[in-house]
Amino acid sequence: MFLAWRELVFARARFGLMGGVVALIAILVVLLSGLSSGLVNDGVSGLQRLPVTAFAFAEGTKTDSAFSRSTVNLNQAEAWKGRDDVADAAAFGNMLVNAKATTAAGSQVPIDLALFGVEPGSFLAPTVSDGAGLGDPDGIVVSQTVLDEGLAIGDTVVIDRLGTRLKVVGSTGDQRTFGHVDVAYLPLRAWQQVHAGAGPDDQAREGAYEEATAIALRARDGDRIDLAGGDAAAGTTSMTLDESFSASPGYSAETSTLTLIQVFLYAISALVVGTFFTVWTIQRKHELAVVRAMGASTGYLMRDTMIQATVILTVSTAAGFLLGVGGGTLLTTTPMPFALEAGPLVFAALLLVGLGLAGAAAAVGRIVRVDPLAALGGQR
Amino acid sequence: MTTRSTSPHPDSRRAGAQERGGLLVEGVTLSLGDGDATVTALDDVDLDVASGEFVAIVGPSGSGKSSLLAVAGALTTPDTGRVLLDGVDISRASSREKARHRRERIGFVFQSGNLIPALTALDQLRFALDVAGKRAGDGHDPRELLDRVGMGHRAGHRPHQLSGGERQRVGIARALVTRPAVLLVDEPTAALDRARSDDIVKLLAHETHESAVATIMVTHDHDVLGHCDRVLSMVDGRLSE
Ligand SMILES: Nc1ncnc2c1ncn2[C@@H]1O[C@H](COP(=O)(O)OP(=O)(O)OP(=O)(O)O)[C@@H](O)[C@H]1O
Ligand SMILES: [Mg+2]
Repeated sequence: MFLAWRELVFARARFGLMGGVVALIAILVVLLSGLSSGLVNDGVSGLQRLPVTAFAFAEGTKTDSAFSRSTVNLNQAEAWKGRDDVADAAAFGNMLVNAKATTAAGSQVPIDLALFGVEPGSFLAPTVSDGAGLGDPDGIVVSQTVLDEGLAIGDTVVIDRLGTRLKVVGSTGDQRTFGHVDVAYLPLRAWQQVHAGAGPDDQAREGAYEEATAIALRARDGDRIDLAGGDAAAGTTSMTLDESFSASPGYSAETSTLTLIQVFLYAISALVVGTFFTVWTIQRKHELAVVRAMGASTGYLMRDTMIQATVILTVSTAAGFLLGVGGGTLLTTTPMPFALEAGPLVFAALLLVGLGLAGAAAAVGRIVRVDPLAALGGQR
Repeated sequence: MTTRSTSPHPDSRRAGAQERGGLLVEGVTLSLGDGDATVTALDDVDLDVASGEFVAIVGPSGSGKSSLLAVAGALTTPDTGRVLLDGVDISRASSREKARHRRERIGFVFQSGNLIPALTALDQLRFALDVAGKRAGDGHDPRELLDRVGMGHRAGHRPHQLSGGERQRVGIARALVTRPAVLLVDEPTAALDRARSDDIVKLLAHETHESAVATIMVTHDHDVLGHCDRVLSMVDGRLSE
């Protein structure tokens, strides 16, 4: 401790440089963490906010395209409903559409929507914070983000090509998006009509009103659903809610890319710190030999260096995070998918400091190899 | 209790040296290198230095002077023989115990001081106490000792702000601050001019007597030998009067 602190002050330029690199990495880590959280929100917040334990898709559906490919029959919902470990099961329709919104002022705005078709009385029906809930045959409840884009309750949305007119009756009050597209809840029957490609005055093809994308399952409190058993009975392929995130468009690719970048950043940081302390130890080789000749144990010297590493890492990570969070707060006001969440940030900070310490620890092992004999016989 | 019967000049200071504490090197042999390159650095060396005695060792380059300091200072384990420090054999201790002996009972003064660049003169001394795990009360008062070696006015200076002679003074104070039993000094005047060298060796002689430490100084400088109690010469790893 005696030497550690005085050396930090004495070699402040060198330590400052390394701290600066760690701080810059910390800023990047914060921004990437925010981007990750933001992308997760944009990608699957619509799914996360559903009171759902698992989804049962059509038998044999592959994960990556489950929500766009799967079609199930309402009879299959009944089969799931009858199972002991399932508290509730309801048909869930999911599709992406392009539409035009006509605002009260009369202007037309293009808008993409993820239509969530749910039975108005079912457990899937959204709670609303503004306006009315689902009920009207053509009434939709939208994500708060739709209102943020300038639409208001009472405005009309017309689906491209079909000409189906839907009226915004309520808002969920929070962000619900699916594959970066705003969610609009609508009654299952209206969804089936759109899904079948039938315009407002057409009669949909036979069987269309018996279909949905998947069956949403809710487990009894504290229970797990026997998915394999249910699949066998109902003729479906089910996955938990978390697994179904990967079925959201682009979700896997985005999260794995960001994870990869972050892993690289952590590795770079650990290497930078390890390299610094290796060079620092080599530079002080003669000095360390003198101190060892004076009788300092290797533990004493290693502890000193680890104290230096801890101080530098903590200070520079904290500085980087403060700057990163400051800059990130500005980003949250932009349309960029960016969200600062305390949990992931604290984890990232600890990981950055922890890996840096591991890098330093690998370097201070060299102290053991310093021969105190080298102190005799003048400067080398 | 061991006393050297072969001591060539038993004088009052050396009589019964081990009873009064000090350093005893007995039949020490040390080979360095391996295979064809093996060098006998020390060849059956005996040496007895009493507390308060200032012994100088001179000899040609490569004769084994530094090797003797390394063995006496528990930096190297000799092939044969033993090193007694106040009657305790330190030559066979584990490296951990050797480090403990060094920090508690042995002081080194190196060529050109070998001070820690980050520390001020005063902190060099405090650091030595910290390494030894001693509080200021257990050793010398650092500030007082710095005054004693004539460096009180440079207490806040770092090594790069000191002259060679000043660095050496701080180095001597650093070696003494823990109140060691033995002081081992390797070519302290190699980088100094005549007058400065004389001052430093005078200081070493004075502190040796003052602190009652057993001091061995290796030197090439024959002009300073007048300050020493005894001068031994080393040739090809053998020590003689
Ligand atoms: N690590 C080593 N491996 C092999 N031989 C060594 C080693 N260190 C020293 N020697 C040899 O041991 C002998 C004694 O070396 P030592 O350093 O004790 O001499 P010295 O009297 O201190 O010389 P100088 O006056 O030049 O400092 C020399 O011949 C030297 O070459
Ligand atoms: Mg030498």
